[in-house]
Amino acid sequence: MQIPPELTAQIDEAISHYPVSKRSASLPLLHLFQEHFGYISEEAIVWIAEKLELQPIHILELVTFYPMFRRKPPGKNHIRVCKTLSCALAGAEELKTKLCAATGIACDGHGGCHNGHGDPVSVSADGQFSIESVECLASCGSGPVMMVNDDFYEAVTDAEIPTILSQYK
Amino acid sequence: MPAPARRIPHPREKRVVFANIDREGYTPDIACYLRNGGYEDLKKAVTMAPAAIVNEVKASALRGRGGAGFPCGVKWGFIRPGETKPIYLICNADESEPGTFKDRYIIHQDPHQLIEGMIISAFALNVHLAYLYIRGEFPLGAKILEQAIAEAKANGFLGKNILGTGFDLEIYVHRGAGAYICGEETGLIESLEGKRAYPRIKPPYFPAVLGLYQCPTIVNNVETLCHVKHIVRMGGAEFAKIGTPNNTGTRIVGVSGDVVRPGYFEIEVGSLTLGELINDLCGGVKPGRKLKAIIPGGSSAKVFRADERFKIKVKGADGALVEKEIGVLDIPMDFDTMAACGSMAGSGGVIVMDDSRDMVETLNNLNQFYAHESCGQCTPCREGSLWMRKITDRMLAGGGVECDPATLASVSNNIAGKTICAFGEACSWPTMSFVAKFPEEFATRATKPVPPPTPPEFLSEALTGEGR
Repeated sequence: MQIPPELTAQIDEAISHYPVSKRSASLPLLHLFQEHFGYISEEAIVWIAEKLELQPIHILELVTFYPMFRRKPPGKNHIRVCKTLSCALAGAEELKTKLCAATGIACDGHGGCHNGHGDPVSVSADGQFSIESVECLASCGSGPVMMVNDDFYEAVTDAEIPTILSQYK
Repeated sequence: MPAPARRIPHPREKRVVFANIDREGYTPDIACYLRNGGYEDLKKAVTMAPAAIVNEVKASALRGRGGAGFPCGVKWGFIRPGETKPIYLICNADESEPGTFKDRYIIHQDPHQLIEGMIISAFALNVHLAYLYIRGEFPLGAKILEQAIAEAKANGFLGKNILGTGFDLEIYVHRGAGAYICGEETGLIESLEGKRAYPRIKPPYFPAVLGLYQCPTIVNNVETLCHVKHIVRMGGAEFAKIGTPNNTGTRIVGVSGDVVRPGYFEIEVGSLTLGELINDLCGGVKPGRKLKAIIPGGSSAKVFRADERFKIKVKGADGALVEKEIGVLDIPMDFDTMAACGSMAGSGGVIVMDDSRDMVETLNNLNQFYAHESCGQCTPCREGSLWMRKITDRMLAGGGVECDPATLASVSNNIAGKTICAFGEACSWPTMSFVAKFPEEFATRATKPVPPPTPPEFLSEALTGEGR
C-alpha cells in the first residue's frame, strides 16, 4: 500500500481539525482511504490505527458499523439506488432492476443486490459498475433518486438511464 | 448532471429560511451572499451581549426543527453561566429521516446562511470550536460547506478575532458514513469522537452537560441554526408573532409519495391544514386515486388513516377550551395539534399514500429501514426491529399466520420506552400504527393457522410449500 504525498497532506490536514482527540479523525481518514483506494483494506485499517495511536479493532469496528465503508473493491463507478419508502413509491425497485439490466449485474429483485454492511455488492463483469441499494438519500420529493460516485440524480426515468451511464464509461 | 428544476414558491408559503432557495441567479458563493445582505445579522449580533442573544432565542419560542420540537432557547439555557469547561456547538446536518428533504437545499444553495447562523449561535454560547456533522451521502454538500467556511474565514467572519471583537471560532465539516442513528444527538457525538454511533444514556449524558469530549455541547439542526440568524434580525418577540403561540416561526415541510406535485414548502407553522398542504399546494392525489394514508412527520411518525377523526380541544370565542371533532385533513400543520391527534410533526416530512398501496408492503419497507439502521446497542430494538421486518417479509411472501398482527403489536409495544434512545419509539411507531389502523389488510395477509416454526429463515418456504 503506497500512500502518495497528496494523501499524506490530506490526512495531516484532517487530523488537525480535531485538536482535542485524534481519534475523532477516524471517520475522515477512512473516507480519505476509501476515496483513494476504493475500499478499506486490512492494511489500511492497521495503518490508520497506528497513525491515530489506536488499536486496529477501533478502526475495524467502524468499518463494520458504518454502511458506507466497503471492504471489497467496487466497480470503477459505484451506483447507489435509494430504496426507502418515498423512492419506493416512486419506482425505486424498477429503477434498480433496469440499472442491473443495463450494467449486466445479476439482480434478484426483492432486496436485490444488498449484501449487507461493508460489501460492495455485485460488480459488473467488465468492472465498470457496481450497484448498491441504500437507505434514504434525503431527496424524497424527487424520487426515485440515485448516486453515481459523488453525482446525484433525481426523478430518474427509464429513458435517462443509458444517457447517465454513458457518461461514466 | 442537469440542474434540478427551480421551483416558484407557492403563494401560501412564507419564505424566511428558504428565501434564497430556487431564486433565479442566486449562487452559493460569499459574494452573492454579501450582495444580498449576508453577514449583517452577525455584525448586529456581535454588538449584543451573548446572554441577550440567548434571551432573544428564548423569547422567540423557536422549537427545534430536527424532529423532537424541543424549545431551542431552553436547550441553550442548559449551559451553566460561568462554565469553565470548553463549550462545543454541533450542527446536525445528518438529514436522514425518510420523508425529510430540506437541509440539502440550504446546504447546496445557501450555505452561508447556515454558517452565519452557526457563528451567531457560537458567539451567544461562548463556543470557540464547532463541528458541522453532515451525512456521508452528501459529498457535494460537504465540499460546498468547506468552500463557504474558507470564504467566511477569508472575509474575517470566522477564525481569530472575528470582526475585531476578539471572539475566535473555528468550524470544521465532519462527514458521517451512512448511519441513520447519527441523527440522534448523543449518537452523533459518539460518532464525532471516532466511535460507533451508540447513543448515550440520559441522564447523565445530556449533551448540554456531558457532550462532546465530556464537555457541554449544543447540538442543533440545520434549519434551527438558520432561524437563529433571522431571530437576531427581527428580534425574538417579532419572530414569535409568526405562527401560533408555542408553535412559532416558519418551518419547511416536504411532501413526497402519491401526490401530483411533491416538493418542499416553507409555511408559517399552523397556517394551513394537512388537507390544504396536500390538496392545494401539492395538487392532491394522482387523478383517479383516493387518499389512503398519511405519515405526517417523517417515517417514524404514526400513520394517519384518511377517514380518521379526532376530538381535540380548541379555544372558543370566549377563550374557554371546547372540544371539537376534526378529520385528518383538518389537522393544522403545527407541533401541538399533530401530537394531540396521536402522531407528530417530527421533521416535517409528509409521506402520502393513495388507494393503490398495500399497507403491509409499505410497512415492510419501513421495517427494512429500521432493521438496517438499529445501532444494535439495546436488545429490544436490535432484536425487535429485525423480527418486525422478518414477520412482514414473511407475510408478503405468502406465509402470514393468524397471530402475526398480534405478534407485531406485541413486539412493537415491547420496544418503545425500553431503549436508550428514541430510535426505539421511531422503529416501533410505524408497526404499532399500521397494524392498529389497517387491521383488515394485515388480517388478509395473515390467514394461515400454523404458528410460526423455527428457524425463521425457513418460514416462508415452509408455510407456502406443498403439503401444508
